Amino acid sequence: MPDKRDKHKSKYTLDRGMPGAFEGETITRRRFMTGTAHGAGAVAAASFALPALGFAFGPVFKSNTQHWEVVGTVDQFPDNNYVPVVLTLQPNIGEVGKTTVYVRKFNAEIDTDPYDKNTPYIAISSRCAHVGCPVRWVDATERFICPCHGGVYDLLGRRVGGPPVRPLDRFYTRVNGDNVEVGPRFSVNSQLRHFSPRLPGEPLDGIGQYLYPSTPGAKI
Amino acid sequence: MPKLPAPPIPAPLKAPPPRPGEGNGKTAPHEHAKHAGINVVDWVDERTSLSGAARWMMFRKVPKGTNWFYTLGSATMFAFLSQAVTGVFLAMYYRPDPAGGAYESIRYVTNEVFLGQFVRGMHKWGSSVMVVLVFLHMGRTFFFGAYKYPRELNWVIGVVLLILTMVMSFTGYLLPFDQRAYWATIVGVNINGTGPLIGPYLSDFLRGGPEFGATTLSRFYAIHMLLVPGLLAALIGAHLYLVAKLGTTAPPWTGAEKNPELREAEA
Repeated sequence: MPDKRDKHKSKYTLDRGMPGAFEGETITRRRFMTGTAHGAGAVAAASFALPALGFAFGPVFKSNTQHWEVVGTVDQFPDNNYVPVVLTLQPNIGEVGKTTVYVRKFNAEIDTDPYDKNTPYIAISSRCAHVGCPVRWVDATERFICPCHGGVYDLLGRRVGGPPVRPLDRFYTRVNGDNVEVGPRFSVNSQLRHFSPRLPGEPLDGIGQYLYPSTPGAKI
Repeated sequence: MPKLPAPPIPAPLKAPPPRPGEGNGKTAPHEHAKHAGINVVDWVDERTSLSGAARWMMFRKVPKGTNWFYTLGSATMFAFLSQAVTGVFLAMYYRPDPAGGAYESIRYVTNEVFLGQFVRGMHKWGSSVMVVLVFLHMGRTFFFGAYKYPRELNWVIGVVLLILTMVMSFTGYLLPFDQRAYWATIVGVNINGTGPLIGPYLSDFLRGGPEFGATTLSRFYAIHMLLVPGLLAALIGAHLYLVAKLGTTAPPWTGAEKNPELREAEA
């Protein structure tokens, strides 16, 4: 059938010798019907595929509004020891929506890094920066210890041992009248410079902050 | 393709031989009852032609030297069927509710449903059995060279089946929603996040949003119960079809000589 294929090379019906063709005509009845059927099929498929895709991927792009939560009064938190408080990150789902935060008052002698100057209280997240297990503050050794893989952090949340790749995350704090309020999460690198929140396991020193961009998922 | 000989009809379906003195050509009503079994089979076969396909699958030729290693694939499929059946029974009681309903439903199945502990145990240990058998089957296929032409597509389908089995293990682990399940999934999802550039977004997709919560459990349940079993069933069907169509290989130590035209040029 090489003859037929040569004739079909040209898109102009006049060149193909179709009866009734006029100069510059390209659409044939066959191509019109085929195109319409394909178009209708595409519309039908999209009408159930696009909502399904949106349903599956929608939560990835949702970002929660920042909210501040009262965790206690100003005299409940010392400046040399941590007090654990429970924060509700997501309501209505029970225990899995809550997390523990360790709060202490700002201490000018300990918190000497330039980035910490304007924070009234220091709130350290209990989410280990390795793969997310809950760390525990051990007062006797003044360390945060992670039970899963042996990560150890010092009083400021900086890593002093084990597999974590950056210090513990922190939360913004403010004082509202007599109450201490804890706000959104942020991450720090080993110099305690502030960054938008990241997931566990993502280093922030050097090239890390570009290699691991912040995602909506890390903001909680 | 050579026509396979018709196999003998199994004994329960065969019509019993006529007693001496009977069999004068006319079948009495009670003799129709004796032929009921084979009649049903004939009725279905006449309308579907299934006996041809059944003979093609069951009476195919296997090479000399086929040994017990070749049963690992069927063993894996049997483990999958066991998981599917026990999974259906567990699904009748399970509630994907993160605020305590999931844990409570599993506790109810284990402690109060008759044989609930047994069925749940079969499902839990069966998953380990299936993973072990999958790896043994993969090793057998690799070391016997059964991935070479023309079976490359079968190997690729097998790898996809391996990945789907791992996905089943990962999603199913979360469903009891106790401490171990919750933290193991947190760790697993965060390990995904450590991949550069797209890792964080992949973690978000797995978790179904910013926080590990209700969406995550529902998502994992739907994947574990609907999406992946469907894909597994379809791909196992394709895998079996290719095995029957292409035939199995002889073990490498039998020294079976393949078609000399297919042999690559020797130095």
